[in-house]
Amino acid sequence: MNDVILTDRKTDFRQGARDGVPIALGYFAVSFTFGMAASRDGIGAFWSALTSLLCLSSAGQFAGLEVIVAGGSFLELALTQLVINLRYLLMSFSLSAKLSSGISTAPRLLMAHGVTDEIFAISVCRRHLTPWYTWGAMAVAVPGWTGGALVGGILGEILPGFLLSAFGIAIYGMFLAIILPPAGEDRAILAVVLAAMALRAILSWTPVLKNISSGFAIIIVTVLVAGIAALLHPHAEEPS
Amino acid sequence: MSTVHLAAYILVMAGTTYLIRLLPLALFRREITSPFIRSFLFYIPYACLAAMTFPAILSSADTHAGSVAGFLTAVVLAVRKKSLLTVALAACAAVFIVERLITLL
Repeated sequence: MNDVILTDRKTDFRQGARDGVPIALGYFAVSFTFGMAASRDGIGAFWSALTSLLCLSSAGQFAGLEVIVAGGSFLELALTQLVINLRYLLMSFSLSAKLSSGISTAPRLLMAHGVTDEIFAISVCRRHLTPWYTWGAMAVAVPGWTGGALVGGILGEILPGFLLSAFGIAIYGMFLAIILPPAGEDRAILAVVLAAMALRAILSWTPVLKNISSGFAIIIVTVLVAGIAALLHPHAEEPS
Repeated sequence: MSTVHLAAYILVMAGTTYLIRLLPLALFRREITSPFIRSFLFYIPYACLAAMTFPAILSSADTHAGSVAGFLTAVVLAVRKKSLLTVALAACAAVFIVERLITLL
């Protein structure tokens, strides 16, 4: 009986690790730009790698970097993380509902760190989800995410300025590649994207309003736009 | 910024993010059913990434022209559903080319 369980765990872990490889490659690229952006802002490679290892969130880390560089308060930093990463709450709820209730708290604690858009997506598709599968994916994806920040941070310190100038746009390119394709197919998403950009532009270009710090501006725009969209146009689909 | 201050910033970020991921897995064992809350959470990534991208992208490179060229390149390729890496690298290349051209002129 124990042998069967052990084999299952091994198979699950291996399958997770295999599915984690393409995720790790994508993570490396995104995290690389994070390490580079951070080094441009005077934060060393070690610190951006540590941030990546502990936070494991792309939009959250980039927004956090802005707050840190602007010298924002701890409260502002925590609030930006709360709002931007709130989607993980829903993902964590779905994963919890998928896990057998017999799985105790300790494995859940270890699994929780791996709740990212991508690892959630492959985990939630499993017919029978065990923590071992998610851990397998984390074992590959987390080093990819951390290593990307480390390499990006080191290169950011040695590459010439004109190359860094070109790399600064990479993360925004990726954000656009995430939000524009679904916006092309769903008018509600398109409206959300355009409204958020317009409102954020108003907040950064209008006198007085432009004094609102970047972290709070992102919170205000996100909560307002997503809240109004949810009221006007409830979405039936699973969040991705 | 002192090392201690930076470390504290990182711990605040990591702690908040971990708690968000942890609480449902550790404490709740059923799904959210409210359509409003589900929709709100569904729209959050789009609203947040859009707000983080624009207008910040317009000042992401050293020159305004480079940023605008990169922005337009990224929009065109993203709308055509190119992969994340393709869109990002093409935007970088556009900035690079435009900024090299400017220095030549």
